[in-house]
Amino acid sequence: MTKMSRRFFKGMIYAFLIFLLMLSVVPFYLVMINASHSSFDIVTKLNLWLGDALAENYRTMQTHVNIWRGFANSLLISASYTLLTGYFGAFVAYGFAKFDFRGKKMLYGIVLASMMIPSQVSIIGFYQLNLKLHLLNTYWPFILPGIASASTVFFMRGIITQSIPDSMIEAARVEGCGELRIFNRLVYPCVLPGIVTMCIFNFVASWNSYIGPLIIVSDSRKYTMPVMISMIKGLYLTNYGAMYLAIAISVVPIIIVFCILSKYIVNGMTAGADK
Amino acid sequence: MRQRKGRRHTVSKSRYGYFFIAPFFIVFAIFSLYPILYTIFLSFQSWDGLGPVNSVGVKNYERLLKDEVFYQSLWNTFRMWMMNFIPQILTALVLSAVFTFHRIRGMRFFRAAFYLPNLITAASVGLLFNLLFDGDKSAMNHILTKIGLLEEPFAFFNSMVFASGLVSYIQWWMWFGYTTVIVMAGITTVDSGIYDAAMVDGATRTQTYVKITLPMIRPTLIYLSITSIIGGMQLFDVPATLTNSLGDPRKSILTTAMYLYNQGFRNHNYGYASTVSAGLFVIIAILSALCMSALQKKEREGQ
Repeated sequence: MTKMSRRFFKGMIYAFLIFLLMLSVVPFYLVMINASHSSFDIVTKLNLWLGDALAENYRTMQTHVNIWRGFANSLLISASYTLLTGYFGAFVAYGFAKFDFRGKKMLYGIVLASMMIPSQVSIIGFYQLNLKLHLLNTYWPFILPGIASASTVFFMRGIITQSIPDSMIEAARVEGCGELRIFNRLVYPCVLPGIVTMCIFNFVASWNSYIGPLIIVSDSRKYTMPVMISMIKGLYLTNYGAMYLAIAISVVPIIIVFCILSKYIVNGMTAGADK
Repeated sequence: MRQRKGRRHTVSKSRYGYFFIAPFFIVFAIFSLYPILYTIFLSFQSWDGLGPVNSVGVKNYERLLKDEVFYQSLWNTFRMWMMNFIPQILTALVLSAVFTFHRIRGMRFFRAAFYLPNLITAASVGLLFNLLFDGDKSAMNHILTKIGLLEEPFAFFNSMVFASGLVSYIQWWMWFGYTTVIVMAGITTVDSGIYDAAMVDGATRTQTYVKITLPMIRPTLIYLSITSIIGGMQLFDVPATLTNSLGDPRKSILTTAMYLYNQGFRNHNYGYASTVSAGLFVIIAILSALCMSALQKKEREGQ
């Protein structure tokens, strides 16, 4: 290729990348901008810069629904779920990585297979189960399954196998450490960085889950963020500014977390896919 | 001697293995296995959620096989999946080729920005695109009339083609960054010495990518296809929040997951909703198997 055509080619590549960048980012930009405009402004013209109706939109939004309650509910669920996935993911992975027992291969096969189960297909049974256990309108159905996070077990098993030498565990046993103590004091702290990576994904997945809370929670004070957002269209009718603001509030925390952690997120995905 | 002692040591501790893996299986049995088995059980019953559960034999299945809405929902779901997955994998392959073979300034930034839509709550995305397109005064109608692409506002959500296309677009938009990251992860596992050898033999970059890289990352592509079809056939959040959750206009974006949700939680036909679930499960299993065998067959032919 000549120098000229190579330069042209490179220019085309950048144009393509910037086009995709616009597609990815512009919808979020429009949300932020429209959140600060009055409904009248939004329907009469195209807004490309911040308006002055943010405070008013906020008041309108809060008179209809307390978005911060949804925020707090989602945070409570996601944080609890994530902590369970982190601890028990490593706990179960340790059992598979460092012990030999009968049926291990088959049991691990079940763990792997459970990742392929289409979960939304069993929502009727899931609803039934929680009805029988009197767990409707509680958060347990979303928190407890964190103990059985197959992808976390899969990921942590690889890390534990690689980074914890058998001799280390043996040494602790010789010193008279109990098995649980070995895990809590020795193994868990060693693999904490891997756990954190996995926890980021688990948190996002839990924060975004929609159909579960939609069927289990009917008490509007216990709504999670996604459920609240999906109900908003009916509540605000034509208060576009307030609706955009509500979306912005549901989206901004994730964007902030992403900006801080993006390095870990993309690297973590890569590490997971390698294995 | 010491080694033997050590081995005996491990064996005597082996029962602790069960102790460590027990939490997973207890919770899995309660929250995953039981719901599946109960859904299968209910698919042979009739139940309105309050009264007694009555066995109806295979009646629900007979109804399912004649249910046109079920077939339409399957076709909708599959069509919207295909229309998003093919562009998605093509975009990811092109992007990962660009990122692998060219020095792109800000590569990490681009990759992270493309991945961003994947992190956002699908319910928010649905409402967001609803607001952007719904009505004469929506943001998109403003933009398109201003730049002259449209003469007058277009009623986007009265068009079946547009609504279905928009769902595919949103799915593409949410997933192409993720797919790119995974494909690139697959590419990094390919030994880079192979490229040098190919280049020495006079292969162009494109040839190298198509003839060498793609076959070598086949496991990654199989993984992406299978997980995408399992997720895609259960599509619920975006189409349910994009319009009125009934799949309008004219059921064009009614997915099977939405249909089973509506049968169960709106109409309180929990028995029939379970039958729809079972039907969907079988379809997903068949499609995954087809997908896997198609990709593996190609692999055998290639060798």
